[in-house]
Amino acid sequence: MNLIALFTLIPFTGMLLLPFLKVKWKGLLALLVLVINATISGYLAIMSLCGDSFSYTLQGSYVTGPIPLRIDALSGWFMLIINLIFITGGLYGFSYLKAYQKQRNNLTLHSIVFLLQHASIISICVIQNSFVFLIAWEILALTSFLMIIFEHENPVTIKAGINYLIQAHFSIVFLMIGFLWVLNKTNSFDFQAITNYTASIPESASLILFLCFFVAFAIKAGFVPFHTWLPYAHPAAPSHVSGMMSGVIIKIGIYGILRMLLLVKTDFITAGYLILIVSVISGLYGVMLAIIQHNLKKLLAYHSIENIGIIGVGIGIGCIGLGTGNQVLATLGFAGALLHTLNHSLFKSLLFYTAGNVYQATHTMEIEKLGGLIRRMPQTALLFLVAAIAICGIPPFNGFISEFIIYTGLYSWLSNGTLFSLLAAIFSTIGLVSIGGLALICFTKAFGIIFLGNERHPLPETCREVSFLQLLPTYLLSLIILLIGIFPLLFIRMLALPVGLFAGTTEWALQPLQISAFAALQPISLATWILIALVGGMFGIRRFILHFRKVEQGPTWGCGYVAPTSKQQYTAGSFVRTYAKLFAPVLHVEKEEKIVKGIFPSEAKYRTRSYDKLERGLIDRLLKWNKNFMGRFVFLNNGRLQFYILYGILFIVTVLSIPVLYRNVQIFIDLLKNL
Amino acid sequence: MLSVLLILLASLFFTGIIIRTKSLASGRKGPGILQPIRDVIRLFRKGVVYSETTSFVFQLAPTVYFASIVMAMLVVPFGRTAGVLSFSGDFIFFAYVLALGKFFSIIAALDTGSSFEGMGASREALYSMFAEPAFFILMGSLALLSGHTSFQEIFASLHIGSQISYALAALATFVLLMIAMIESSRMPVDDPKTHLELTMIHEVMILDNSGFDLGLILTAGYLKFAVYGALIVNLFIGVIPYQYAIPAFFFIQFMMAFAIGMIESFMARFRMSHNPQFIVVLTSVSLLIFFGVLLILQKFI
Repeated sequence: MNLIALFTLIPFTGMLLLPFLKVKWKGLLALLVLVINATISGYLAIMSLCGDSFSYTLQGSYVTGPIPLRIDALSGWFMLIINLIFITGGLYGFSYLKAYQKQRNNLTLHSIVFLLQHASIISICVIQNSFVFLIAWEILALTSFLMIIFEHENPVTIKAGINYLIQAHFSIVFLMIGFLWVLNKTNSFDFQAITNYTASIPESASLILFLCFFVAFAIKAGFVPFHTWLPYAHPAAPSHVSGMMSGVIIKIGIYGILRMLLLVKTDFITAGYLILIVSVISGLYGVMLAIIQHNLKKLLAYHSIENIGIIGVGIGIGCIGLGTGNQVLATLGFAGALLHTLNHSLFKSLLFYTAGNVYQATHTMEIEKLGGLIRRMPQTALLFLVAAIAICGIPPFNGFISEFIIYTGLYSWLSNGTLFSLLAAIFSTIGLVSIGGLALICFTKAFGIIFLGNERHPLPETCREVSFLQLLPTYLLSLIILLIGIFPLLFIRMLALPVGLFAGTTEWALQPLQISAFAALQPISLATWILIALVGGMFGIRRFILHFRKVEQGPTWGCGYVAPTSKQQYTAGSFVRTYAKLFAPVLHVEKEEKIVKGIFPSEAKYRTRSYDKLERGLIDRLLKWNKNFMGRFVFLNNGRLQFYILYGILFIVTVLSIPVLYRNVQIFIDLLKNL
Repeated sequence: MLSVLLILLASLFFTGIIIRTKSLASGRKGPGILQPIRDVIRLFRKGVVYSETTSFVFQLAPTVYFASIVMAMLVVPFGRTAGVLSFSGDFIFFAYVLALGKFFSIIAALDTGSSFEGMGASREALYSMFAEPAFFILMGSLALLSGHTSFQEIFASLHIGSQISYALAALATFVLLMIAMIESSRMPVDDPKTHLELTMIHEVMILDNSGFDLGLILTAGYLKFAVYGALIVNLFIGVIPYQYAIPAFFFIQFMMAFAIGMIESFMARFRMSHNPQFIVVLTSVSLLIFFGVLLILQKFI
């Protein structure tokens, strides 16, 4: 109880104090409050991961009823991820926002909102009363909106923010429908009521309820086709916010889906197949569009969609394992999904922070305009490289571990199944492999074009490595990325309880090596060590030998051409051109070109712009129809006050006459009956 | 350990045999079988020239590329004998650790700032993306057939019984051979001996490497061939005792090198724009294998 009071009081006091402080102290206070709150919630989270789950019922009010607060292992796992990313994000933001020191009021609002966001997102993991949950959910949506529009003088940012706000409220509508449905039937706000209610109704009905929740959380998580807000919101927000959004806020959608899987008793097989299909499509679609993006942050945003897809594949097979009573499959699926949630938070926020460094140094996010940054910012380049390798799921980093677990899940599903499930497994495998391959194209492009080669456009004089304080959180993240890669079992042990919640395995919690796939992690850890030793050893030998040889510098071999310029380098567009041609049916690329003509060509131009085909089909078209339909009533909106008063009176009269009319109709019906 | 030794031995001769076959087929005498090894030794003794454009990525990449292939070699078994590392799902590790090498060779090519190397890098990334599903489906089918998920267990419990399984073994050999050709940038997809940089893939990516680094990359290439050759051998030797299995290993490796030499002598490289289609065909062939396995297991009713 005291902890809860502290948890609410400290940020509240902090928020009250913030406006009165000098700019320099604002950030420090916000960080301090964050660290205290993260420690309190982190303590409870770690306790719950150790098996000591926390439960407390707040009194609540007449409207809300009692408010149960429960921290089980699932909440604990997510709370730890949230705290980790918020602390690194806060640290990074602290240095990142130094460039905006003149915007006093803006910074005050930003720090207040930052604290509020952390409090609301932690509350979402804890509160198990649907009414209060919705309030926390709404606070999260509003605070995220305010975080996104930090640079609100830019109309593009405002547009992206409003796009997010509207879609976030679509999510709330679906949540409300689901909660109201349960409330209507059980008259209780407690999450427990969902379990009791769904256990008593046919599976098809509970499946619809589950899908209602799934859509609500999928909008937040960014599953295709509910992903369209992501590629706008991430580039518009400042880098630390994009990092936290991609690392945490979309993950809260995953938390929601997992929580509902625990609560709703439904036909898990059908639900699992649905999640699996949506996820494979999300993964493939996300990475396919990521490749052709030439704005670094937009590229990363599409990659979030891809990784949500990978997490979803894990959840999907876990769910099917649950439905078919296959404990191994359920364990592998959920373990893979939960671990990938952590992994993605780590490397995606690292990518966004390094992208922020690039932005601060060069003031652009256009990949085509960058190049050769590795010489100006070697540390940022190295950190970006680590994250890029990790996100492609390549050893020795963490991405490989979670993808390996999901792969093992898919292959273990192969070993016992019907024809249908075998086909589903093999096609999911194809999907996952293709996602990996496409991610490799995408990140070799991103890293290669931004950091390597020569400068493609003149960079500003001030372009250099950012301060050590700003690099510190990124080093921290990359350290954890490496740690998970080389000591996977350590983290798998922490997953024992959260996964046990789903798979219903308690004895597994004590002996994490029972399942052969996890037993495989030991040799993988060994293999990773050998790999690192091998690279280090070979590199050492190479240096030793080169010590005795002549080492020279020279220009890049131009295949006989002696006057190469930096303009002749491969660009991001040319690197993915073959790909874009092959996948043209899925992509939508607008080209604008003026071809070189004649002996003395005057002007040449070539510009491509990519757009989301699904967005055009699903959102733009609907909006257009809506506009057309509403356009028919435009004559009502004629700008004359008299008319508006008339509408008001008409409305009141109509409302008032409903009971009268109703009574008349009833009398008429009675009359008919009497006849 | 046995597999590592055998692969190392095979890699000494493999590329030499290909070159010798090609020269004999075109009516030349050709260099000795150990010439590629001599080339590498000569390279190890030479100095290096680095481009002014390059960074530490370029210096690190050959080492990582080499190490990734050595790691892949460590998980390959030999019949009943497991590789140095053997665990369930080791073929996933095999594919992904090779991807690490690819990642580094691609960014090293981009590091030079040369448009030719960028072109090679772009192609390499795309083709390897297309080739990967075939390998995973093939291994998935074999895992389904044998009920195991590690190289050694899969190969040890594979035994060719019915007529369908003969067909499957032939198809699997074809798929693995083709994957080996794509991954090692050989003929139908890439021509290492072409005279024009515009038409190369792998060779154009290493234009700027010299001396020790180039030697490492070439050695890695020889090893890669032998590793894939060993995988193909494993399809056949199963539980045969060593006195037959080891000669069989060398015989099959020799036949494979010979076949590659013959293919390269009598076939032209595909047009670059046809390559993706060809590689996707491999995926469909491996899906055929998958359906064949379903047929054997009587999953189709």
